[in-house]
Amino acid sequence: MTTIPTPEAELAQVSPRRLSRASTGADAVFTASARTIGASVLVITGGVGAFLAWQAYPTLRRYGWSFFTESQWQPDQDVIGIAAVLCGTVSVALVAMFFAFPLALLTALYISEYAPARIKSTLVALIDLMAAVPSIVYGLWGFFLIMPHAAELALWLQRHLGWIPIFQVADTDPNAATWDATRYVSSAFCAGIAVSMMVMPMACAVMRQVFSQTPPGEKEAALALGATKWGMVTSVVLPFGRGGIIGGTMLGLGRALGETIAVVLIVSPAFEVKPRILEVGTSTVSSLIAGRFGEASTSQLSALLAAGFVLFLITLVVNTGAAVVVNRSRSGAGVD
Amino acid sequence: MTVTPSTTPSTTQPPTYDVAPPPATILPSYDEDAAPVVPRLGLGKASPDERFAKVGSWVAGLGLAWVVTQRLLPLDGLPWLLIAWFVLGVAVSAVTAGMTGGRIEVKDRVAESLVTGAALLVGAAVVSTVVFVALRGWRPLLHLNFWTDDMSGVGPKDGFDTGGVVHAITGSAIELGIALLITLPLGIGTAVFMTEVGGKFARIVRTVVEAMTALPSIVAGLFVYTVFIIALGQPRSGLAAGLAISVMILPIIARASDVVLRVVPGGLREASLALGASRWRTVWHVVLPTARPGLATAVILGVARGVGETSPVLLTSGAAAFLVTNPTDGVMNSLPLFIYSNVRSGEPVAIERAFAAATALLILVLILFTLARVLARPRGNRPPLRSRLARRRPSDLESR
Repeated sequence: MTTIPTPEAELAQVSPRRLSRASTGADAVFTASARTIGASVLVITGGVGAFLAWQAYPTLRRYGWSFFTESQWQPDQDVIGIAAVLCGTVSVALVAMFFAFPLALLTALYISEYAPARIKSTLVALIDLMAAVPSIVYGLWGFFLIMPHAAELALWLQRHLGWIPIFQVADTDPNAATWDATRYVSSAFCAGIAVSMMVMPMACAVMRQVFSQTPPGEKEAALALGATKWGMVTSVVLPFGRGGIIGGTMLGLGRALGETIAVVLIVSPAFEVKPRILEVGTSTVSSLIAGRFGEASTSQLSALLAAGFVLFLITLVVNTGAAVVVNRSRSGAGVD
Repeated sequence: MTVTPSTTPSTTQPPTYDVAPPPATILPSYDEDAAPVVPRLGLGKASPDERFAKVGSWVAGLGLAWVVTQRLLPLDGLPWLLIAWFVLGVAVSAVTAGMTGGRIEVKDRVAESLVTGAALLVGAAVVSTVVFVALRGWRPLLHLNFWTDDMSGVGPKDGFDTGGVVHAITGSAIELGIALLITLPLGIGTAVFMTEVGGKFARIVRTVVEAMTALPSIVAGLFVYTVFIIALGQPRSGLAAGLAISVMILPIIARASDVVLRVVPGGLREASLALGASRWRTVWHVVLPTARPGLATAVILGVARGVGETSPVLLTSGAAAFLVTNPTDGVMNSLPLFIYSNVRSGEPVAIERAFAAATALLILVLILFTLARVLARPRGNRPPLRSRLARRRPSDLESR
């Protein structure tokens, strides 16, 4: 006679299988090693930031608030401040963005909306290639090719718009028979033009990327309602890509603030807080570091590191702002 | 809804109904010959009329610009002619658009001109950069010794038949090799950690890495200079320069790889895991091969950034005039540094040599970039290399 096992008896012995997300075997090794790599990168990259802050601290404590208000950089006389270089950094970056922003926006629009489909991929590659061109090449271009013409443009601006403070040039007469070209070269204006060539492709690439994600249905709807191409762009593409426009611009601004070698090649150093961007001589944080690191003693090096730390904080704020804007906007939706 | 044209109004033949007839529907009549109320926009190819108006406006603009700049106003020179051409061309286009359409058409035409003009200006700037550098530096490039010799014993005024940049190219290659050796495993490993392992710690790492992409290159150089050369007392060397480049491009490569790995479809991972593969095998056999083209692009673009950046090298490597192959053995030159120091010397011959080196650097970047583009192409519909070299049709280029 067979006995049928009763379910009750069986159930008493069965216990639920233990589920565990913890990795075993090779997976454990993989997870642990990946974690180690991540931790080491965190230590390296975070260490740079922490080191800068640690090195900057003595300088900031010694000079206090005057570090930000003093414009001279004379370590021999114990007078150190970054007001002039910060002003120069901002003016070079603003000139760069003044040229780069409209060009980047319009070029991105051209590539995504106006260009014939045949050459579109070529243009995209060209912009990416432009972003990869070394900054020293743009420095050469700006110094040897653009600067003479930029000086003429500066003279013209001073002649006709000289009543605006930023277009004034001290100690010159714009209507003199022969103009003194040396007063108009090596200025923040010239450096800004060269830097704009560097940041334009970066900003343009981000904007184009976002524009290309515009839902085609919405574009077609605008066209079907009778919009012209420009009407379609203003009513669909630009509102959709607003986050990308702001984000790309800020990313470019972050790069423009930290640009070194083109600025060092072009400007002649001057430590003076001045809004006159056309006038010869200015200085940025990075050109200050590049120019002064060689003869610096330990305490001066600490001061340079403090200046670098301030520059890093500014670019960090700008880049973080860009990331937040791009992530918050509708443009980023559905990309992941 | 379609409107059927009917020549006879439907009310002429009232239908018969058993019950009371419903109110008769009056279909609107449609006159096919009538002109449209508003002129229709052509979305397709421009008609000959429109094309003539477009081209003719710009020709008229050129003529006007010539008259204005050369005859009426004292604005000599090519730049003024081009500026006047652009402004007047836009104006004439606006007028011709206004003759056939309204304000909206005028805006459309002007916007199109502005957008195209800006794109042309950017293109001209790129072309002028490349052509200008190549034109100023082509003479030294033709001498074979430029590619095979170094600058030891060569004065800044010596002719182009002596001296070369082989030491700078070697230095750049060695420094980049060191940087790649450090950043390739660390960068891609971090990206794998951030996307495949995840967790709270990974979020912290991602935040810090993204923040560090903002680090200006000169500050990276200054960091290595302070720590490695001043604090540790090491000499300036290729190793220090390699470390500086690593610090600069590590966050860039890690972040770009992270973006690439994140767009690998989750379905592929789940399929692999559902088949019983472990997480490690999933990463190695599914995720990384899928993302390989993108990873290659991320790394190569990071390298292109590293090879051209002068400021970290300026602070850390020193400049040697002779060939150095040992990265720990004292000062070492590199291409950007060679260009920089030659330009700063102010000697015309040295400046021309700098332009030649800049051309070489551009060629190097172009090679790296082309490599990235080729690797980034999807593998599936890619014919093997040999057949691609054998016949290149224009359709291959378009299908990218």
